[in-house]
Amino acid sequence: MSNWIEIVALEDIPKLGSRVVKTDTMDIAVFRTADDRVFAIKDACPHKGGPLSQGIVHGTSVTCPLHNWKIDLTSGEALAPDEGCTNVFATKVENGKVYLSLKADEVAA
Amino acid sequence: MKEKLVVVGNGMAGMRAVEELLKLDADKYEITVFGNEPYPNYNRIMLSPVLAGEKTIDDIILNSREWYDENGINLITGDEVVEIDRVKRKVMTASGAETHYDRLLLATGSKPFIIPVPGHDKDGVIGFRDIADVETMLDAAKTSKHAVVIGGGLLGLEAANGLMKQGMDVTVVHLLDSLMERQLDKPASAMLKASLEERGMKFLMEAQTAEITGDGHVSGVKFADGSEVAADLVVMAVGIRPNIELAEKAGLHCERGVVVDDTMQTFDPKIYAVGECVQHRGQCYGLVAPLFEQAKVVANHLAEMGIARYEGSVTSTKLKVTGIDLFSAGEFNEGEGDETLVLQDPGAGVYKKLVIRDDKVKGAVLYGDTMDGTWYFTLLREGTDISAFRSTILFGQHDLGDAGHGSSGSGVMSLPDSAEICGCNGVCKGDIVNAITTKGLFTLAEVQAHTKASSSCGSCTGLVEELLASTVGEGYDEAPSKQGMCNCTEHSHDEVIAAIRDQELKSMDAVREAMGWKTPDGCASCRPALNYYLLARWPAEYQDDAQSRFINERAHGNIQKDGTYSVVPRMFGGLCTAEDLRAIADVSDKYQVPEMKVTGGQRIDLFGVKKEDLPAMWKDLSDAGFVSGHAYGKALRTVKTCAGKTWCRFGTQNSTGLGVKLEELTWGSWMPHKFKLAVSGCPRNCAEATIKDFGVVCVDSGYELHVGGNGGIKVRVTDLLTKVATEEEVLEYCGAFTQLYREEGHYLERTAPWVERVGLNHIKEQILDDEANRKDLYERFKFGQQFAQIDPWKQRAEGGEAHEFTPVVISA
Ligand code: SRM
Ligand SMILES: Cc1cc2nc3c(=O)[nH]c(=O)nc-3n(C[C@H](O)[C@H](O)[C@H](O)COP(=O)(O)OP(=O)(O)OC[C@H]3O[C@@H](n4cnc5c(N)ncnc54)[C@H](O)[C@@H]3O)c2cc1C
Ligand code: SF4
Ligand code: FES
Repeated sequence: MSNWIEIVALEDIPKLGSRVVKTDTMDIAVFRTADDRVFAIKDACPHKGGPLSQGIVHGTSVTCPLHNWKIDLTSGEALAPDEGCTNVFATKVENGKVYLSLKADEVAA
Repeated sequence: MKEKLVVVGNGMAGMRAVEELLKLDADKYEITVFGNEPYPNYNRIMLSPVLAGEKTIDDIILNSREWYDENGINLITGDEVVEIDRVKRKVMTASGAETHYDRLLLATGSKPFIIPVPGHDKDGVIGFRDIADVETMLDAAKTSKHAVVIGGGLLGLEAANGLMKQGMDVTVVHLLDSLMERQLDKPASAMLKASLEERGMKFLMEAQTAEITGDGHVSGVKFADGSEVAADLVVMAVGIRPNIELAEKAGLHCERGVVVDDTMQTFDPKIYAVGECVQHRGQCYGLVAPLFEQAKVVANHLAEMGIARYEGSVTSTKLKVTGIDLFSAGEFNEGEGDETLVLQDPGAGVYKKLVIRDDKVKGAVLYGDTMDGTWYFTLLREGTDISAFRSTILFGQHDLGDAGHGSSGSGVMSLPDSAEICGCNGVCKGDIVNAITTKGLFTLAEVQAHTKASSSCGSCTGLVEELLASTVGEGYDEAPSKQGMCNCTEHSHDEVIAAIRDQELKSMDAVREAMGWKTPDGCASCRPALNYYLLARWPAEYQDDAQSRFINERAHGNIQKDGTYSVVPRMFGGLCTAEDLRAIADVSDKYQVPEMKVTGGQRIDLFGVKKEDLPAMWKDLSDAGFVSGHAYGKALRTVKTCAGKTWCRFGTQNSTGLGVKLEELTWGSWMPHKFKLAVSGCPRNCAEATIKDFGVVCVDSGYELHVGGNGGIKVRVTDLLTKVATEEEVLEYCGAFTQLYREEGHYLERTAPWVERVGLNHIKEQILDDEANRKDLYERFKFGQQFAQIDPWKQRAEGGEAHEFTPVVISA
């Protein structure tokens, strides 16, 4: 069902860092946490479209570089007190490679 | 198809209602707005400052024509709606246009009342209501001398003040024996009159206008007692009448105003009304605060959310005459059984009166010192029991803080979050502080845009600026104090700095473990701080962590609002050669840089560079001899210099050369916050050295060293540290001062607050009194610089951190 696309080797994403994946329609930010989990969300902050890929990653959240909103990487939702949500995409890591599915996950609110 | 909403009246209430509606549901209606003035919506309140020459018409436009376009609103100006056909649901304009509506919003405001004495229709007799009136007054001021303002209320006095500022000789005519009798008691009114008289305003009190004389154009005003004054211009400011003509003609129920219920609906359920034209629970309003509340309610109903109710407002007043502070609210004339508290200090020009009933504030009049107006107004509206602090209430809230009834601190910062700052828009302190911190606001304009505070009458601008200065000035997440650095730890900055030094902690994990951090990898506020503290203490051993740096420092450029970056190459001391400029011009061409500008730091900023292009661009700059300007860093920024002895006829030393030496010494060093230097060649101080973190002012006999200045949000002039005789000493003291700040400053604390926190004496002890210590500091600084002065741009141009700049491209 899902359409997995190989993007980079896990080690090519810095721990607590990110890579930008450019697709035909949008930029997607792919993050790696300290414990090597990988998350992908649309690279646009729900506040004013700030590039989330450029933010600081901590736990499973990222802080937007433009005005400090904090976005949960698992759900794409802004953490309180802010409100808003960005798209989340499925990822998996196999044999040291990161795969991404472009089918936007419907995230329960 | 979308429903059609037609708004009649392009003024403050109508357009606020539309703004509120767009926030709730931007797509519900196709909106058409009619206004008979030829302008987009402007801030009527600000006509007074425009008349006084303190603002221009452009300054007071609230919604530009572009705004209407962007929001898909059809704006028709300069055409009056003359008829409403409620059966066919359409409006007709003077020019003959017809527009259908599903919902209609009336916001026709009010009209100045013109006393119908003989001659009231002569040329040169006007009201004070719109831009056209102001233009008439400004024209009159250019060609003629005598103005008479009839009416000594708020509007009349603001008109009189403006005309006086425009050079006219102004007489205010008032029917009663005291000015602004609806807002002021007699003592305050007398103080106001005295200070206006001091400025040159003339008054005719208890004078009843009988006739306006003149031959076509006004030439004078005659009074009931037979006396007369000359006048080339007569401004009638005796009151306003709700503008209900159109509504009445359409058969809507009107009394003094268009009658509406708590949902702002008129007697025709398709038609709503807001603003000065309405009458709600028997009350008509003439100030914006209640109208803005009404606008919120009507928007809620137009959006069919159906939950808001308007239940009337208590209003307060301020006078917008620069230099006169006056505040009034509630029932300021005591009734039977009321108590009054009065503080009078004629010497200082201060008068405060509170009317108290059953231990509650019922009214307030303040003259000369209105700082606590918002506080009293809050107590009044909330019906707070004041018996506990009754004895000090007149001294204001600040005093209360010291007595233990709330947070202490100075001025507006000591107010509780619920204190109303902007009366017009009902914005509390908490809303403003919250917007500043969470939205990262830096300027007054941004605060106005996000919260609406200070965007109407402007009398709270000072308070908002103070909030901005104190909130942003301290760096948003952590205020430099004993509280925990962030939510990840209870330890303060000082404790963390000491632990890193004393326990020789050399990695972030080590710090977090030793100090019991609550989160495994910290947060966006402690990670950059820890990274900096470790780097500053262990320059040779600590491995800088890119992922703990704010994006600007990680990508070595300033991120822009569209996600591109800016590039600022270092120009030592602001000096440059033709070759340098050519190299920059070539780079600009090659990478199609959309905009270049000379910065306030004497170098060139190239804006709008794509992140992918950065390494290649840096390579070209590096090949031409440039290094990074760190314009993005909590780091040494610029060294500003002036012309100096080489060229300038006043120069005493080689300020430019010394600036270059200082920049060569300090570039590349990371700091708790940004750090700026300047060297001026003489006390004329063209390089503005006395608002820099470290400033040098050259004099005949040597060099004055100034520290702890700041030119940003809150200006702070430097303190004089000492005077030295040679350039070598300047370098040594500069290095030592810088290192002391690097070791002691809290992350995101600039030298100005740092100097204030630790005290200038502490710095003098460390640097002046203890020579060995100074030399040690200087040595430590130079040691650290070995590792810091490796150009980050060159490293990346050579392939470092390539992943940062290379996106993965996939085609789906
Ligand atoms: C480019 C420049 C404006 C210009 O074109 O002249 C500029 C641009 C910015 N300034 Fe500035 N400042 C610039 C000179 C100044 C000056 C004047 C000076 O240095 O002589 C000041 C006042 C002096 C001072 O700092 O004391 C100044 C006070 C600020 C402040 C307030 C700092 C404060 O302590 O109050 C900020 C906000 C902050 O740092 O938190 C700021 C922040 C910014 C930022 C970095 C905003 C941001 O965080 O993104 C702007 C980046 C624009 C960009 O995208 O490139 N900028 N800024 C100037 C760069 C100088 C340079 O060559 O490096
Ligand atoms: C000089 C001055 C200073 C003031 N200072 C303060 C102050 O310090 N604090 C404060 O709170 N308030 C102040 N006010 C009052 C404040 O400006 C008004 O309360 C507010 O503007 C009223 O808003 P509104 O939308 O009801 O009316 P308006 O802003 O007057 O808007 C009504 C608009 O509708 C238009 N219009 C009317 N009929 C028609 C029609 N049939 N067809 C088309 N268009 C029509 C009018 O031309 C006008 O542009 C001041 C007012 C003035 C004049
Ligand atoms: S500071 Fe002095 S030396 Fe420098 S330009 Fe000004 S006047 Fe000349
Ligand atoms: S764009 Fe992300 S916080 Fe503003």
